[in-house]
Amino acid sequence: MKTAVIVTVFVVLAILHQDTWNWDNSSLVLGFIPVGLAYHACYSIAAAVFWACVVKFAWPTRLEEWAEGGD
Amino acid sequence: MTPLLSAAEAAKSVSTIPLIVICCYLGLLLGLALFSGKFFRGTSKDFFVASHSIGPFMLLMSVFGTTMTAFALVGSTGKAFQKGVGTYGLMASSSGLIHAACFFLIGLKVWSIAKRHGYVTQIQFFRNRFESSGLGYLLFPCLVLLVIPYLLIGVIGSYRVMGPATAGMFPELFPAVGPLNGALPPWLIGLVICGVVLTYIFAGGSRAAAWANTFQTLVFMAMGVVAFYLISKALGGVAAASEQIYPGHLVRTPDLLEVTAKTGAFEREIGIPPIQFLTYMFIPLSVGMFPHLFQHWLTAKSAKSFRLTVIAHPICIMIVWVPCVLIGLWATGVFNSPPVGAWPGPVVSIMGSADDAGVGKVLSVVVKFLIENPLIAGMVTAGILAAIMSSLDSQFLCLGTIFTNDIVLHNQPEGKYSDEKIVLIARSFIVAIVLLTYILSLVLKNVQNVFDLAIWSFSGFAALTSLVFTALYWKGATKAGAYACVTAVAVSWFYFFAKAGWGGEYTVFSSAERSDDGIMPVAICFALGLVSMIVVSLFTKKPSEDTIRKFFP
Repeated sequence: MKTAVIVTVFVVLAILHQDTWNWDNSSLVLGFIPVGLAYHACYSIAAAVFWACVVKFAWPTRLEEWAEGGD
Repeated sequence: MTPLLSAAEAAKSVSTIPLIVICCYLGLLLGLALFSGKFFRGTSKDFFVASHSIGPFMLLMSVFGTTMTAFALVGSTGKAFQKGVGTYGLMASSSGLIHAACFFLIGLKVWSIAKRHGYVTQIQFFRNRFESSGLGYLLFPCLVLLVIPYLLIGVIGSYRVMGPATAGMFPELFPAVGPLNGALPPWLIGLVICGVVLTYIFAGGSRAAAWANTFQTLVFMAMGVVAFYLISKALGGVAAASEQIYPGHLVRTPDLLEVTAKTGAFEREIGIPPIQFLTYMFIPLSVGMFPHLFQHWLTAKSAKSFRLTVIAHPICIMIVWVPCVLIGLWATGVFNSPPVGAWPGPVVSIMGSADDAGVGKVLSVVVKFLIENPLIAGMVTAGILAAIMSSLDSQFLCLGTIFTNDIVLHNQPEGKYSDEKIVLIARSFIVAIVLLTYILSLVLKNVQNVFDLAIWSFSGFAALTSLVFTALYWKGATKAGAYACVTAVAVSWFYFFAKAGWGGEYTVFSSAERSDDGIMPVAICFALGLVSMIVVSLFTKKPSEDTIRKFFP
């Protein structure tokens, strides 16, 4: 279940990366950041939040123990 | 007078303060890295993987610094100047998602297996996973040949940065025709950069590289932000700077920009075609197979050290790339007619040139002519060098490591060579590689756009990621499948590389009007590698039970 949720969110993020709706948009956010850049800067933050959730909820504890010498 | 000569005239009485700042930075770097050598335990394991002692922050800084290369500051600014706002989405935000995926899915698992079984190189891992010594001999030349262009990017990148930064400083010592009159010559820049990196790698191996990378990464992150602030100030503030961006660069729509330069009119392809934007997402997969990154992963103290790297990597990319992309976009103001008054004549002349090599000089030219404070200009140039050198050291070290462990020590009885002898062999090979890189960089220093060459290197590694991913997650991946995968990737990559004229920008099925509106070759190479692995593995002998137990806990 956990893996399915992670894969789904990852795929959604990969699709959102294409942001075709911003392709021809030349407006400036906050008066100086082009919207195509502002969107992808926010996307970077979203990616960090996503990976923080993965680390928090899907950390491979068993693999870590095995690597340190336990079974 | 030609525009280039007028640029040279403007650069005549130039302060040497930037060069003094750069020398101080190099001295500090050397001092720090040599100090880390005091912790060197004298063992080969310590030289190659710092005895698995690197904590979370240093791991983040060394992995991030190694991944970014000259691309981070110089390439991002240049590409944004060339193609527009789509540069960030094309190269940076996708990397935030996919690099972190590679660290979590590949790095963490590889670290665990290597820690458990004592591997120090990628090839050792693949040889054991696929029960094949020959696979190592097939992979070795592939990895070395792909790392060499990557190394060249760094050294040639340093010429592109230091040339304009020191132009006019020594007109009597280094006379030259054109804008680089009086600049430090490439042979001297390369000698210093390679010499500094070689010295600290020699002294402390991977621990020195990790310490140096941490320092370098902090420097280039800070200097990127400082350059952003000062350039925006020189252009009248962020809002004024953004208002004068050339309109075609604010969107991703593919278009042709007609530039009327003093040297004659020319056309520049701007914007990002959608299919290229989509298939470019395969490029960041390269971090899954970079041998130097593999070695950095193995320096981690524990699996938990990876947590910060996985989470903070996309943010670090953002901190470096957003300011640099904006600087590149602001520089397109020189294309507006008439150019905004804030742009000094030399910038307009150099940026309005049809020469694509000029694209790599955007940041250093803008810094030099727009930030009039030589102290700050020197600090920003040092930041750019930091980004370049933080990758060079890891690449030199990893080539020495794989040569020693996978070629010299492979098949030799344990104990044949003492630890001192092993470290000596690694150091000797590193010297040879540094020398080869230095010579090649001087021969190829005039390559049109050095960053296109980087994409070819990344493409090869990205396509090979299908090998490491199946090795880690599919018990059914076989030795024959691995050979098929590497061969399919190597042949297809070489084919496209040749079609591209040995390193130019190239996409498959592109239109007659543009060279970049087709599929990125990496997507096809990756698919061919993956399909070859799956099909061949389905019909060939499976790995032994022992191997399955060893690699799938």
